[in-house]
Amino acid sequence: MIYWHLFLAFFIPNIVGYGGGPAIIPLIENEVVGRYGWMSSQAFAETLALGNALPSPIATKMAGYIGYDVAGVPGSLIATFATVAPSLLLMLIALGTLYRYRDSIKVKSMSQWVRPVVMTLMAYLTWRFLAEGLETAGAVHTAIIGGVAGVLLLATRVHPAFVVCFGLGYGALLLG
Amino acid sequence: MLRTQAQLFMAFLRIGLFGFGGGPSMIPLVHQEVVKRHAWMDDEAFADVLAIGNTLPGPIATKMAGYIGYRVGGVLGALNAVVAVIGPIIIAMIALLGLYARHGDQRWVQGMGQGVVPVVMVMMAKLTWDFFTKSRASLGWLVTLVMGAIAGGLIYWLDVHPGLVIGAILITALLRPESQQATSETNK
Repeated sequence: MIYWHLFLAFFIPNIVGYGGGPAIIPLIENEVVGRYGWMSSQAFAETLALGNALPSPIATKMAGYIGYDVAGVPGSLIATFATVAPSLLLMLIALGTLYRYRDSIKVKSMSQWVRPVVMTLMAYLTWRFLAEGLETAGAVHTAIIGGVAGVLLLATRVHPAFVVCFGLGYGALLLG
Repeated sequence: MLRTQAQLFMAFLRIGLFGFGGGPSMIPLVHQEVVKRHAWMDDEAFADVLAIGNTLPGPIATKMAGYIGYRVGGVLGALNAVVAVIGPIIIAMIALLGLYARHGDQRWVQGMGQGVVPVVMVMMAKLTWDFFTKSRASLGWLVTLVMGAIAGGLIYWLDVHPGLVIGAILITALLRPESQQATSETNK
């Protein structure tokens, strides 16, 4: 049963997850933290932070790790399979058909229309992480870390991995 | 045969290890390996695969790895390329988070976990803004905010599964009458 739930938890976000890897993060959070309760919000944020610091697509990293965390190596394989296989099969099967319609406005508008929804999901997740930060690290530390991270990510070309390292270092020294 | 599989594995291993910044940032690396280094396909075929990959859901990097692997080395090639592009990093992720969990009772380790939450919050806020600006460019800010607000109401207030909301929008986009296509083209 747990394997079936794992499959569903990653299959659904990926099959409706138009707009690239990051677009499905809130959908995965919805399943993993909200629906099945496999992880706390903070554990999810930690996984996401480490995932952002490593190369390769975020969706498969999240699937591989959360699957492992929930049900070991088989869980990891099933979650990754649910992430990769359905859209890959679609691609192999539908390539000829979609190729003919690849400039179709309908096909293009699909991802355009989904963006506002993804935007809302992400805004909600931002708010959740803010609440989490205020609760655990407190308002002052959250403001300092968030402010520095904001400047580094928005105004400089510093790689996100270093910004994650800053958060980890700050926490280890001042929040421990 | 074996040589081709080995080349596929090495090519997509390099793509996976150096693809910092997630799926879309890996596309130039895929191009470098597949078109320039190994000449498995030409520029035009690569552009087509990319365009079609973008119209389908799921991560772009694994779709490209799987499809190119299939074209070059059949089913085995597809599996080979997908494993090469994501496998090593997933193992690294499990190892690193396992190490973290084992020392989870140390206070400074707990501090690390707390310190990273605001960073993730800022990253999420940036993504929210990116999606808003992209959506504003194609749909306009009013439509974006109204659609976003309706979706938010359905999902967080009425507890509708987000997958259902997105699925409904996708079906509407596909089934809407032809006459509206002209207007959406001029908007774009």
